[in-house]
Amino acid sequence: MSLSLFVLQIVNGIEYGLLLFLVASGLTLVFGVLGVLNFAHGSFYMLGAYLAWWLSERTGSLLLAILLAIPAMVLIGVAVERLAIARLYARDHLSQVLLTYGLVLLFNELQRALWGNDVHGVRTPAALAWTMPLGETQTWPAWRALTALACVCIGVAMRQIVLKTRFGMRVRAGASNAEMVEALGIDVRRLFAIVFSAGTALAGLAGMLAAPLTTVYPGMGENVLILSFVVVVIGGIGSIRGAFFGALLVGLADTFGKVLLPGFASAIVYAVMAAVLLWRPRGLLGPAFEGR
Amino acid sequence: MTLSRRAVLGAAACSSLLPRRLFSATPARLRIGLLLPYSGTYAALGHNITDAMKLAASERGGKLGGREVEWVAVDDESDPAKAPANVNKLIAGEKVDILTGPVHSGVAMAMMQIVRQENVLTVVTNAGAQAVTGTLCAPHVFRTSFSNWQTSYPCADVMLKDGRKKAVLMFWNYSFGQESMAAFKEGYAKGGGTIVKEIAVPFPSTEFQANLSEIASLKPDAVFVFFAGAGAAKFVKDYADAGLRDKVALYGSGFLTEGVLAAQGAAAEGIKTTLHYADALDNPANRKFRESFKKATNREADVYAVAGYDTVHVLAQALEKVRGDTGARAELIAALETVRIDSPRGRFRFSKTHNPVQDVYLRQVKGGREVVVGVAMKEAEDPGAGCKMGK
Repeated sequence: MSLSLFVLQIVNGIEYGLLLFLVASGLTLVFGVLGVLNFAHGSFYMLGAYLAWWLSERTGSLLLAILLAIPAMVLIGVAVERLAIARLYARDHLSQVLLTYGLVLLFNELQRALWGNDVHGVRTPAALAWTMPLGETQTWPAWRALTALACVCIGVAMRQIVLKTRFGMRVRAGASNAEMVEALGIDVRRLFAIVFSAGTALAGLAGMLAAPLTTVYPGMGENVLILSFVVVVIGGIGSIRGAFFGALLVGLADTFGKVLLPGFASAIVYAVMAAVLLWRPRGLLGPAFEGR
Repeated sequence: MTLSRRAVLGAAACSSLLPRRLFSATPARLRIGLLLPYSGTYAALGHNITDAMKLAASERGGKLGGREVEWVAVDDESDPAKAPANVNKLIAGEKVDILTGPVHSGVAMAMMQIVRQENVLTVVTNAGAQAVTGTLCAPHVFRTSFSNWQTSYPCADVMLKDGRKKAVLMFWNYSFGQESMAAFKEGYAKGGGTIVKEIAVPFPSTEFQANLSEIASLKPDAVFVFFAGAGAAKFVKDYADAGLRDKVALYGSGFLTEGVLAAQGAAAEGIKTTLHYADALDNPANRKFRESFKKATNREADVYAVAGYDTVHVLAQALEKVRGDTGARAELIAALETVRIDSPRGRFRFSKTHNPVQDVYLRQVKGGREVVVGVAMKEAEDPGAGCKMGK
């Protein structure tokens, strides 16, 4: 592999990893704070992508569609938390897996009923439809670069909110000892609802940003869900910083695996996960919540 | 004259032993089994095939060979693991006269194992697996769609004629992709082309970026791919986004653009593909078919619907020759083997291995629409490798 191709592949790997991080961060946040294993996280990614497509067809602008779809995702998150997830905080993980897997089936049927089984393309906004050269023959679309940048910004913002704000302090406190926080007069139920809907919105946003890159199709959530779990497990369950490094590792491993070991490409990510777990059984930065 | 009870019973018993074809007054209904996906990723294909079959039957007054048609549909869910149970349900449970389907090649392979044992007259309406009219071929099995070979072999010649002698192959690594690639390589090597690299992508992965960088650094004359559905939509977009569309020409079997052209948008511009059908084919049969399909279903017809439509017309022609008697197996098979129809795809007949002999068209995306550029291969006939039908 020539040096220029090597550098290109690093760029590809990081870019893929950043998008995975955006999806996985919501998953790990919800688990870290609420202690809920949310299988429906991939469905939120799919819903975000479908909303971005559907609303951009209606409004004619992807940016407007995203601005409309984010509050919609937050509302969906609140509704799912209130109606379903809130009943599970006291239960074990098996009940959570069963319920959230049921939600996956529900959302898949909903997608089929509302939007059908066709594959849809989402057009990038005209202002961002340009590309920049990448290596000799390849180009890099602005939307890809922008998506990567957005992922970094969101990651930094999340870290600042959790570590530096009063709200973040409550979240961290709620994660480590919910009863004590409640005794101190903080509404933990409300806190959890906010965190869950934030996780939903993050997954949805990842879907919206990815929609122009991946096209929108049935079952797109499941592929992402599995990789997100790999990222979360590698990073340490509940750790946002861990998810960041885990996502980059998965992105790079997947990219180089495809080029260097094509016959082994689909297994390489899992091999990396196994190696990390042998070295650090609780993941890179697990299982403590961010900041501890 | 009085009849004894014994005489009446005896006559009744004798008459039930007589072959059915002697009774032309009220023939039994013709039960046609449909083993197709009505849920999951391929649901739309299953519905299009079914609706086109019903359309063809209604064009013939709802009767084939003088017998009223009764449809028995089973959702195969495109799940090969459930295929044996579903096939048995249709054959043993529903006792269908003729079995048709499926879409998925894995289901087709499972189905072939059973219909070869049960000896049921079978028409494959989509699955392109080589084995159906190759190693697993049987006298009572016909295919009205295509073989994977037919979708890819002709494209090699097209690329060489365009002066592209160095190619990269990229495909989803499962039977359909592998068979397409094998067929393409056969044709490309014969014409003196060189394959620089083969990139197998695990199915159904759609993360292509790393491989696109690889293609950019290899700088071949052209890339030949097999992807379908959502994967095809994404690949074509990624390929254009990576700036490769204008530098390295993209070719594929027709499934690269079939049904996903709208999702691909401008990214698909200029792509050349080969397939035995194109929506834009300009012949009277196609115009009429597309119009009536649209009227009946309010959807656009596609290559899948064509196979369903032709299946019923082919069966009708053959059944007329035997006056609807599915028991006259040898005559019915002989009639099917000599069927000639004017399909929406053009003239069409069966090869010795019971696969369609059909023109494969060269199509190109121009202005967001699939345009028929010409015929890539006249009367393309699958070699039927491994078929031992003794003919």
